[in-house]
This record gives sequence, C-alpha cells and structure tokens, in this order.
Amino acid sequence: MKTLYLALKYLAIALWSAFVVFPFLWALTTSFKSANGVTGGATWIPWVQYEPSLQGWQSLFGGVGGINVVKPFYNSLVVTLSASVISITLGTLAAYALSRFTFRFLWMRNSDITFFFISQRIMPPIVLAIPFFLMLRSLGLLDSLPGLILVYVALLMPIAVWVMVDFFNGVPRGLDEMAWMDGCNPIITFWRVILPNALPGLVVAGMFCIIFGWNDFFFAFTLTFTETQLLPVAIVSLNSSVTPWWSLSAAALVSIAPLVVLAFVVERFLSKGGLAGAVR
Amino acid sequence: MLKITDLELLVGSVAHLAAINASFQPGTLTTILGRTGAGKTTLMRAIAGLIAPDRGQILLDGTGWTRLPPWKRPVAMVTQQFINYPHLNVRDNVAFPLVRAGVAKADAAARAEAALARVGLAAMVDRRPSALSGGQQQRVAIARALVKKAPVLLLDEPFVNLDYNLREAFRKDLVDLLAVETGTVVLYASTDPREALQMGDQIVLLADGRIVQSGSPRDVFANPASLTAASVVNDPPINPIPFHQNGVADFGALGQQAITLPSGAYTLGLRASDIRAGGPHQARVTLTEVTGSETLTHLSLNGLDLVMQEKSVVLRSPGDVVGVHLDLHKGLVFGADGQRAGV
Repeated sequence: MKTLYLALKYLAIALWSAFVVFPFLWALTTSFKSANGVTGGATWIPWVQYEPSLQGWQSLFGGVGGINVVKPFYNSLVVTLSASVISITLGTLAAYALSRFTFRFLWMRNSDITFFFISQRIMPPIVLAIPFFLMLRSLGLLDSLPGLILVYVALLMPIAVWVMVDFFNGVPRGLDEMAWMDGCNPIITFWRVILPNALPGLVVAGMFCIIFGWNDFFFAFTLTFTETQLLPVAIVSLNSSVTPWWSLSAAALVSIAPLVVLAFVVERFLSKGGLAGAVR
Repeated sequence: MLKITDLELLVGSVAHLAAINASFQPGTLTTILGRTGAGKTTLMRAIAGLIAPDRGQILLDGTGWTRLPPWKRPVAMVTQQFINYPHLNVRDNVAFPLVRAGVAKADAAARAEAALARVGLAAMVDRRPSALSGGQQQRVAIARALVKKAPVLLLDEPFVNLDYNLREAFRKDLVDLLAVETGTVVLYASTDPREALQMGDQIVLLADGRIVQSGSPRDVFANPASLTAASVVNDPPINPIPFHQNGVADFGALGQQAITLPSGAYTLGLRASDIRAGGPHQARVTLTEVTGSETLTHLSLNGLDLVMQEKSVVLRSPGDVVGVHLDLHKGLVFGADGQRAGV
C-alpha cells in the first residue's frame, strides 16, 4: 500500500514536472534550430531530427538581423536591482513603522494607510503611463536609467510595504519588548532582532520586486526610446515580418536565466517556520 | 531599594493601577498575588517601562525611573510566554543582553554558558530555541534574565504555561537560583496563593489595580484585612456567608459563634478547608472538581453556594446530598464595608 502510494506520488510529481519543464525544453531546442528546423515539425534530437544551428544565439549578440542583448541586459539589471533595493529599503522601514506604531492621518489609521499604499497598484498601468511620461519629461529623465528607477520604485514600493507589513505583524511584539529590556533602542531592535526574523518576508518582497521589475514591458516601452532600452523591449524588437522563433527562444532563455538562478539562491530562505520558538 | 509612590495608570477612564505605594528591598522575593486582571502584569510592565503610568513615581535607590525608556532601565523580565530570539542559538540568546551592554563577545559567551549551566541547559547551548521543549525555552529566558545581574528582576507568572509537575520542580529551582541574587529586588507575579506562600519573603495582594494588603505570607494568609484580601489569598476563594446580627451574634441554623459585634450586616468568610464532610447540615452537591489529589465539592446549603476542599479524591454526583460540618469558629468576620470586623 505504501509502495503504491509512493509510486502514485512520484508519478504525479513527474507529470507535473514534465508539464512545467516542457516549455523551457521546447525553447531550448528551438533556440538551436534554423528556419528549416522550426518548420520541420516537432523535432527533439539534434543531428538526427534536425541540424543544430547557432543562428538564434548569434542574433542576440550582434549577429545578422539581430540585436545585441548585452546592453539591454545590463540596463534591465541596473534598473531592476536599484529599484528593488530602494523599494525594499524604504518599504521595509515604512512597513515596520506601520506595524509597530499608531498613525493617524485625517480619517486614516494604520490599516487604511497600508491599503492606501497598495491601492496605487489597483490602477491600470495605462492610467499611470501619461503622468509618468510628463513628469519624467519635465525632469529631463525620459529615456534614462534614473528615470526608470524612479518610476519602478513608485511601482514596487507598495508591494514591499504590503508584504512586509504582514510579515512584521507576524513577528510578536513581545520580541521588541524583550529586546528593549535587553538594552536595544528601537532602531537596534529593528536591525538586530526584528529584521533577521522577518527575513523570509524580505526575500518574498524582494522576489516580487525583482520579478515585476525584470519582466515589466509596458513602462520600459513607454518611457524609453533607444538609449536605455530594457531587455523585454529589446526582445520584442527582434520580431519582424517573419517571426524568428530561434532568436526569440534564445532571448526568452536569456531573460529567464537570472530569475531561475535567483529562485535557486533564495529558495532556502523561503522555508516556513522562521519564527518558531519566538513566543510559545 | 525599589520604591513606587502613588502610581496610577488609566486606560480610558478605567484605572488599571491606582494608588500603588510600595517599597521592595534588595535580596527579597516579593510575590505580587492577584487574580487574573488584578493588574499584576500592568504593574510589572510599568516598572519595566513598557507602559507609561499617568501619575506617580518609580525610584531605584532614589533615582527616578519614570521617564527612562525601557532600554535604559536596569531591569530583567521573564514573561508568561516563553520569549526568546528565534534567529539566535541558546548561547547567543543568553549572551545577547551582555553583548548589547558592551561586554566582549567571548566573555559574554562564557558568562552565558555559565548561566545556562545554572539552569541545567549546558548541553544545549548550540541549539535554536525552536528545538527545545516549552520548559527548556523558559529556562533560556530565565538564564537571559539572570545573566544581566540587573538590580530589578521581574518574573511575570513565568511558569503558568508549564504543566503541574514541571511547575513544582521549576519553582524550587528558581528559589535556589535566586538565593544567591542577594542584591536583587525580585518581584514574582502569581495567581496561585500556594506559590506565594511557598516562595515569597513578602507578599503584596493586588485586586482591581490596588494593593489591598501586604506583609509576610503567613501573616497575610492568617489575617486577611478584608474580604477581597481573603478571597485573593485563598484558593479556592473563601466562602462568603452573609448574616445579619441583631444585638447578639446569631448564626441561626449554621451553628454558634460568640463574637461581640454591633448590630448590622456581616459576612463570615469560611475557608473551603474548614468545611468537612460528615456533619449535621444537609447540603446538595452541584459540582465536583478533582484537582490532583484534592477534591473541591461545590455545595448548595440553605440557599448558600459553598465550596468544600478535601485532601482526597471523592467522587460525588450533582444532586447527591452530603452531610457537612462547618468549622465556624475558624471563620473570619467582615463588616458591610468588606473590612475585617471583630479583631
């Protein structure tokens, strides 16, 4: 009975894994195909079913009819990481304050203020695009990395606040008080006691920010022209009258790679139970 | 000496602490005894600086504390919940206050290990608190409180969340641990009169945010000053038997006791242990509670609700009729104002 259960469990896991991994596998094989290889049906085995070609990968690094992804990749990296770090830093401080201190602003209390932050994300992006465009233009920051970083901070910080408020609320106040009595003022309490115990939240918020920043196309497209093209915009520019599937597949893999690496790196921080043993 | 004068703390218009005046000597263990909601935790939190009183002063050796934030007060506290730092191992948990106070890391670790050895956790210094049992976690918290050598140690029902046997063992250990802390004012909050009688050098009875009596545990137990004090210091609470006296004491069907009192309404407080089975008064059982090796039988007698305490397990069913004897001569008489009368 136990063997049957295990067999069924592993079968289910295998099926789900195949379902999840299949698109990546398909993109990988397609990235090594030429036009003939792509139109020649569902083929998998190189040299046997299709002749492998580096055309797709070459087109990403200045090859004929392609682009050079190095600069957009670098731009995306700078914008995403800068905006995420700033958002997480400001958002975490705001969230800690909202979690621990009582605020009143007009009719609003802490929960209203928290909701006010996240409500910024309820608006459709198109509503924000024109104001952002006009603001960046008047600041002389259109088509620039600082301009994009500013916009992304405005978009990402609500996510950081929202996620972190929840995590800080889950850290018992008794821990703050114990730290005070052990000689920590509120700043040291935050830094030495509360933040280490909200690490999973920090990782979750960071992941959200990085994924959103890295994958955003809309604002990257509307607020830049040619100087500071980001990776998603560069990938779309590969498209022409004939869809170059091999180049798009290679570009898709390039753009996914950092997130995959990130997922493996932070996976261990996301385990539950970080606060076990705090207050029983 | 820790001195508290005219301490008052209001929440809305409700006084959670009122007119608290007390002084506590170094090297003494004072039990703050009161029922749930009496204000024990509030008093401790006010001393620790976790809540600000509306009025009054807290002084340690003449120095005012009232305006000091908690991180500047030399106080150690152990709470009902077992609070430890989850991200630090047991050694670092205990060394934490020392490191914050500027003690070198190696020295702090050595002192932490010594403190952990005192509470019997020498073998667990590298574990995280989450890998310990509830009792062990509370020992870590106690070690962290002791290692600071703070002049004021607040213990807020530290064993209330432990099971009975563990609680008994810990209580004895704690008395031994505290015996060497000769320069420390120790306040121990409890709801359990037996704990107070067993542990404290001094007892302070708290009810509705006010000190109702203080003194040596034996004195307070033998001579409660009021019906409220008698209720707090007895577990189960004392049985209040109201009576009206016209000229001469008349206890009617309940028996005879000659006390010369002016006419008026009184209450006779009778401890549950002063009611015995096997007497002339026929009482009806309403509930039986067996706690450990004791039995508490709730009785209805002539319209009075009484509790009888027996040092054995006796199973009775609701509705049973049991003959009881009331040791009325051991009763305490209280006047209409709730204060002790006839003494």
